[in-house]
Amino acid sequence: MVVDADVQARIAGLDALALADTNRPSRRRDLWRALWPKVVAIALVLAIWQIAVWSHHWRSYVLYGPGPTLSYLKHLVVTGAFWSSLGVTARRALEGFVLAIVIGSVVGIATARSWVVRSAISSLLTGLQSMPTIVWPLFGAMLLGLSNGAILLVVVLGTSPFVARAIVSGLDQVQPILIRAGRTLGARRLTLIRHVILPAAFPSIVTALQQGWAFTWRTLMTAEVLIPVAGKLGIGTRLDNAYSQQFFQVMMAYMIVILVVGIVVDSLFARADRVVRERWGLMAGPGGRT
Amino acid sequence: MRHLYDAGPGPGTLRPRSGAAVFVEGLSVVHGHGARAVAAIEDLTLEVEPGEFVCVIGASGCGKSTLLHVLAGLDPPTAGKVEVTGRHAALMFQEAALFPWLTAAGNVELALRLRGTDKAERHRRARELLHLVQLSGAEERRPHQLSGGMRQRVALARAFAQDADLLLMDEPFGALDAMTRDALHQELELLWGAGDFSVVFVTHNVREAVRLGDRVVLLTSRPGRVSKVFEVTIERPRRHNTAEVGELAREITDTLLEEVRSHGRRR
Repeated sequence: MVVDADVQARIAGLDALALADTNRPSRRRDLWRALWPKVVAIALVLAIWQIAVWSHHWRSYVLYGPGPTLSYLKHLVVTGAFWSSLGVTARRALEGFVLAIVIGSVVGIATARSWVVRSAISSLLTGLQSMPTIVWPLFGAMLLGLSNGAILLVVVLGTSPFVARAIVSGLDQVQPILIRAGRTLGARRLTLIRHVILPAAFPSIVTALQQGWAFTWRTLMTAEVLIPVAGKLGIGTRLDNAYSQQFFQVMMAYMIVILVVGIVVDSLFARADRVVRERWGLMAGPGGRT
Repeated sequence: MRHLYDAGPGPGTLRPRSGAAVFVEGLSVVHGHGARAVAAIEDLTLEVEPGEFVCVIGASGCGKSTLLHVLAGLDPPTAGKVEVTGRHAALMFQEAALFPWLTAAGNVELALRLRGTDKAERHRRARELLHLVQLSGAEERRPHQLSGGMRQRVALARAFAQDADLLLMDEPFGALDAMTRDALHQELELLWGAGDFSVVFVTHNVREAVRLGDRVVLLTSRPGRVSKVFEVTIERPRRHNTAEVGELAREITDTLLEEVRSHGRRR
């Protein structure tokens, strides 16, 4: 151990100056700042909806007001049928999403690490990505009929190209200096991917998952509307049934359910995204330096 | 012997002195191929004694970084002989190049892990090394929660974690403020004096080279080869602002400027 009081004191002093932390605002204020714009937005939507009802432009059995719709929703969410539908949909979403992530990751990593794969399928990925969501259910039903498998296929087709592209760009953006540092530490091929490249790309991968979820949810709802599977009625199928039977109050209630599920899951991903970015030092803020 | 290249038909007049830490003879490195080929280093010969502190200095385009990459085994030489003896060579960059997802201790531990150290030992050794660079108490901080000087010290601890007896430093303090740089010069000098390793320290700061090195090797530019070697006999510990350091720095700067001017005349 090197002992030199002068050097020690100087370095300790410089460190102390550099690390002087700024004050953090209180948690309660953070929460309030995050919450109030959302409350205002919801209130605004409800107000516009109510005004539209009061305008009597639509007949009262077509456009129900927020009051009756929400009170119907209150009854709906305590029925077993509702929860079993939500279960069917959640299961499809989960299975499709996980499958799309796995396929998208494999394709993405292969594309990023090999120029042959890249030149072969990178424009195909772009093409698949720009395919309108509505096309896939028809294709799925053609291949697999009105089945659960068809719905899964649709979700995977709709989500995985997007995940693959996001992972490619995430891996592309890994700083070369980190790879070089990893190599000087003795990391080779697989250890380099495991200990350096994947962790370095992790924040972009989490962002990819968040955006991938939006695609999963969109394609799943389209698929459930277009591919009703006997005995397995998902939320989307219930929405379509309510529409065809002209139970518009029910339809609106299911639309709210779809909206809420989408928002809740998305906010979970957004939270994970924030936590990861903070840990990786990618966010400017208290204590953060760049 | 860690790695040995003998890539060309060198004249072979020099033999490595027994136990030289680095032995480079007739080294040439060419980047690119064909008409676009650029010679970064041409016919460079250099020897570093075990435990010696050698500073390499030169204007831009002298292949300083290329030399370090070759010594670290990251780039292959085009021609010539390169011998790096000893256990391991660790490379430090101008940026600390720490992994942002790991804590200070985690960064040091990864270096140990990649060398096959077991978990309990990694934990113990990482804290010991961070203590050595005066970072006790900052073990659980992430790189973005540290100052630039602290990050470079974590990088130094990470280099020591590789059980290196040759430290290759590529302008490691170039991005730091003068006061921090001065403190780190003192610390590096102390650690080097107490330790058992040689250093090849690349810089464009002449005073820094004189402040730290046993020898200062001046390289020519485009391509890089050894232009002149200065022995630094000033007694340690040194300070960067003494008259002796200033005098030798001026002499080296004059030689460096002459070399730079000659490039202007060539056009």
